[in-house]
Amino acid sequence: MSEVGKPHDRVDGRLKVTGTATYAAETPVANVAHAVIVSSAASHGTIKAVDTRAALAQPGVLAVLAVGAAPKLPDANKKNSPQDKILQLLQDDALHYPDQPVAVVVADTLERAQHAAMLVASQVTEEPVALEVPGGEAYKPEHAGPRGEPDTTRGDLAAGLAAAKFKVAATYRTPVHNHHPMELHATIAAWQGDKFLTVYDATQGIFNVRDRLATIFGLDKKNVRVIDKFVGGGFGSKGSPWSHVPLAAMAAKQVGRPVKLVVTRQQMCSLTGHRPVTVQELQLGCDEKGALTAIEHKVTSETCRFDEFVEPSAIQTRMIYSCPNVVTSHRLVKLDIATPTFTRAPGEATGTYALESAMDELAYAANIDPLAFRIKNYSTTDEQEKKPFSSKELMACYTKASEAFGWSKRKMAPRSQRDGNWLVGWGMATATYPARQMPASARVTIKADGTAVVQVGTQDLGTGTYTVMTQVAADELGIAFDRITFELGDTALPEAPLSAGSMTAATVGSAVKIACQKAKQELAMRGGKGEVTVEHHNEVSKDHDKFAMHSHGAVFVEVKVDEDLGLVRVSRVVGAYAGGQILNAKTARSQLLGGVVWSIGMALVEETVRDPKTGRVITRDLADYHVPVHADVPDIQIIMVDEKDPHVNEVGAKGLGEIGNTGASAAIASAVFHATGKRIRDLPIRLDKLLPDVHA
Amino acid sequence: MEPFGYIAAADEKMAIDEAPRGTFIAGGTNMVDYMRLGVIKPTTLIDVSRLPLTNIEAAGDGVKIGALVRNSDLAYHPLIQQKYPVLAEALLSGASPQIRNMATTGGNILQRTRCPYFRDMHYAQCNKRQPGSGCAAIGGFNRSHAVLGGSPACIATNPSDMNVAMAALDATVHVHGPSGERDIAFVDFHTLPGDHPEVETVLQPGELITYVTLPAVTGKQHYLKVRDRASFAFALASAAVVLDVQGGTIHGARVALGGVGTKPWRAKEAEAALVGQAPSPAVFAKAADAALAGAKGQPTNAFKIELAKRTLVRALTEVSK
Repeated sequence: MSEVGKPHDRVDGRLKVTGTATYAAETPVANVAHAVIVSSAASHGTIKAVDTRAALAQPGVLAVLAVGAAPKLPDANKKNSPQDKILQLLQDDALHYPDQPVAVVVADTLERAQHAAMLVASQVTEEPVALEVPGGEAYKPEHAGPRGEPDTTRGDLAAGLAAAKFKVAATYRTPVHNHHPMELHATIAAWQGDKFLTVYDATQGIFNVRDRLATIFGLDKKNVRVIDKFVGGGFGSKGSPWSHVPLAAMAAKQVGRPVKLVVTRQQMCSLTGHRPVTVQELQLGCDEKGALTAIEHKVTSETCRFDEFVEPSAIQTRMIYSCPNVVTSHRLVKLDIATPTFTRAPGEATGTYALESAMDELAYAANIDPLAFRIKNYSTTDEQEKKPFSSKELMACYTKASEAFGWSKRKMAPRSQRDGNWLVGWGMATATYPARQMPASARVTIKADGTAVVQVGTQDLGTGTYTVMTQVAADELGIAFDRITFELGDTALPEAPLSAGSMTAATVGSAVKIACQKAKQELAMRGGKGEVTVEHHNEVSKDHDKFAMHSHGAVFVEVKVDEDLGLVRVSRVVGAYAGGQILNAKTARSQLLGGVVWSIGMALVEETVRDPKTGRVITRDLADYHVPVHADVPDIQIIMVDEKDPHVNEVGAKGLGEIGNTGASAAIASAVFHATGKRIRDLPIRLDKLLPDVHA
Repeated sequence: MEPFGYIAAADEKMAIDEAPRGTFIAGGTNMVDYMRLGVIKPTTLIDVSRLPLTNIEAAGDGVKIGALVRNSDLAYHPLIQQKYPVLAEALLSGASPQIRNMATTGGNILQRTRCPYFRDMHYAQCNKRQPGSGCAAIGGFNRSHAVLGGSPACIATNPSDMNVAMAALDATVHVHGPSGERDIAFVDFHTLPGDHPEVETVLQPGELITYVTLPAVTGKQHYLKVRDRASFAFALASAAVVLDVQGGTIHGARVALGGVGTKPWRAKEAEAALVGQAPSPAVFAKAADAALAGAKGQPTNAFKIELAKRTLVRALTEVSK
C-alpha cells in the first residue's frame, strides 16, 4: 500500500516534544560569545554619535561594534535576488526606522552582553516621520511581487460598470501584521580563518543565506556553510537574511570567536519584516442574474523609503472569477518604517479579504445567496492568462463544505438568528493560492543493508518536510518508511530553494521522487547488489507554461456576536480544500488548520500598532500583539477534496501551507455582517468597531 | 537586566530588616518580566516566597488570606468558591494557569501597569519611571489606558482583575513594617496618580503585605471581564458586582470596575443609585452613568466609557436574574 497520503506522525515528533530537536540557537558551539543588538530609541534622522565607553568598561565585554566604528563592508547592500533586503549593518549614519541597529555588543555571557547593551547611548538628529498610507504620495512599482505586472486591464471596465444592474464600491483596510514565529530569529557564526564561515541560522532558505553572506564578506560560496536542522516557524519572515545575520558574522570576525546573536521578540517587530498596511478599493458590478460584468481592484500598500516591497493583493482577482472586464492595480506609499516582507499568503491573505468581502456585498446588493453567486461566476479557465487550469476541484469544495456546514438552511436576511445574548451569523468565501515549483536537487543512497538515506538542502519549517519526503521516498524505493532517513538543512547537501510560497512539497517532493527512481534503476543495473548513490537535479514541470495552476478551497464560518459588548466569537468553521495529491493527511490537515487559525487572528485580533508620533511599535510582545488563543479557536472541520493533477509536477501536489490563510477572514467578516447587519471594512474587527456611537 | 543581589528571607523580621537594601519578590511573574525589560532595576531582591504566609482560613464571618497564597490556590479554595465567587471569577479570568500557579495574592495587589510606554525603555517620557519626564501615552496609542482617575501626568491602568474583586468586597490589607503592623482598607491602598504617578500605594518603605481579610458579604456576585480575545488578555473593561435583592428591592450593592481606572475602581456613586431601587434596566443604566460620570476619554480609548457602562449593566443584569 502506498505510503504517500498516509497520516504518518512526524518522524521528528519525539525530538520536538522532548525538547531534543536542536534549533539554530541551541547548537552547541565551543567558546561561543554572545551578541546583542542595540536598537535605536530615536525613529528617523541622522546618527551623530554612539557612545560605547560605558558598555566597553563592563566586565566580560569583548567588543562593541557601532555606527561610525564598525568594520566596513563595501558589498553590504549588493542583492543576490530581488527578495534580498537592504540591510542596516552599521555602515552609515542614516537612521531609517525605530529599533534600527546602532551597535552590537559582544560579551562572554548573554547576561553581560544584555546589560552592556543597555549602557550604549546614541545621539540622533531627529526628523519628523510619515506613517500613514492615506494622504501619502502613491507610485507605481515595476512589479507586483515576484510574479506579475503591477497593473492589468481586461475588457472595458467602464462599459462593464455601465452594464451592471447591481454595483458595489467599497474600500477595505488591513493593518500591519508581524509573523511572530515561536522560534526567535537567531544566528551563530563561526569563522575558520578568514575564508571559511559556518553559520547556524534560523532560516527558510539556507542557500539564500549562504549566497548573501558570501557576497557581503567577499567569500567563495563553497566556503560558506549554513546549517539549520529545525525551524520553529517562519511565515515569510525567515525568507531572506535580515541585518542580524551578517552582524553576527561581523561580530564573530571582530572578536575572533564564534558568536551567537538572538533577535529579541521586541526587535522582531522591526528587524525581521512585517506585512504592510493595505488600502484596497473595490468596484464590482453584476447583471440582473448575478453574472459579474466588472471588477476593479486597486491596491495601495506601504513600503519603506530605502527599499521596496509590494503586497500583491489583487493578483487573485485576475483569475478567480469569470468576468469580461477586470482592472487591477498596485501602488506604493513610502513611509518612515522598516521594510515590509512576505507574510503567509502574501497578497492572497489581504486580497481575498477585500475581494471576497466585496463579493458578499454584491451578493447582498443583488439579493443572491453568496454561495450561489460564486457558483454563478465560476471560472473554468484563467481568463487573464488565457490558459486552462491544470486541475480545479473548487466546485467540489463548494459542494462538500456547504453540505457539511448546512449552508442551505441559511436565511439571507442579516440579524435572523439569535442564541441568548448572541446574534448568530454565517459567512463563506473562496480560498485560493498558486501552485508553484522551483528547481531542486536530491541525493539518494541505497545501502547494502536495505536502508536508504535521502538528502536535500531544504528546510522543515515545522510543516512536516522530514516526514512527507520519507513517505515519497518509501513508495519510490519500495523500502519501508522506517528504514529511510531524510536529511535536510545543510548547504553541504544538494541545493534546493527556500521553503516559501507553499512550494516545498511540490519542489522537493518531485526531486526526491525522480532521484529515487534513478537510484532504483541504478541498483537494478548493478544486479541489486552493493550500495548506490544517485544525485538528480529536477527542473520545473514544463506544463507550468501551458496551464494555470492553483489550489482552491471553500470556507464556511459561523460567528456569534454579543452586540451590547461588541464581542465576536467564531463558533464553527468548515473548509474544503483541493490541493492536488495529499502527501500526508495529518500534516496537510495541520497546515490547513493553522492557516484557518491565522485567518481568525487576522479577522479579529491581529494588528501591529505603531505609536502615532514616533512610529515605534507599541505591540512589542505576545501580550500586546494578540494572536488567537485556544479559547478563540472552535472546532474546525477540514475536508480534503480529491484532485488528480497530471500536469502540476511529478508528485501531483499543489501545496497547502498558505491557502488556509486566504478567504477565511472574509468569511468571518461576512458572517459578522450576517449576524449584525454591520460591515466592518477595517481589520481587525475589534469590539469598539461594533459598538455604535462610542467614539469621543 | 541590571546585575542584582539576592537574599532569601528566613522570616518576616529578616525580610523587614533587609528591606532598606532592596525590593521584595514573591512569585516574580511581574517583577522578573519588568527587570528583563529594564523597567525596574532593584539592587537586591529579598525573596519572601518561603515565608509561612500561605494559609486560607475562616476568620469570624469572613476569611483571612495569606499574602503568599497563589492565585490558583485562592481561586479554587472552597471558602472562596462558596463565599466569594466574584473573587474566584476575577482570579480565573486573569493571566494563564501557569502564571496563576506562580502569582501571589500580595504580589497581585502590587501588580504594575501594562502601559506600553512604561514598559518600553526607549521612551524617555514616563512619569512613573522618571518623575517629571512627561507622559507618552497621552496623545499616543492609549487603548489600554484609564478613563477614570487619570491626571495630566499619567493615565496608566491598574491591570489586576483580582484587585477589582477585592475593592468590591471591602478587603483589608494587613502589612508589617519597621514600625509594626497596620491595617489598610483596600479602597485606600492604591493612590491616584495626580502629580506623582511614581507613587502607586500607601505602603511605606520596608512594609511587607502579610495577609488580606475579607468581610462577610450578602448578595449575588459576579465578575464580568470584556477584552480583545476570549482569554489571556487584560480587561478593556470589567465589573465586579455584589447585589443583595430582597423582596424586589436592592438592599445592598457593591460595584467596582477594572480596565478603566488608574486604581481598582470602587464605584460608590453607582451603589447609591442602586440601593433602595427595584432592579431594572433603567436603574442599572442610571447606576452605570453614575459610575462613569467623571470619566475622561482619550482619542483611542473613549469607547471604554460606553463599554464600561455596558459591562456594568450586563454584570448587574446577570446577578439580578
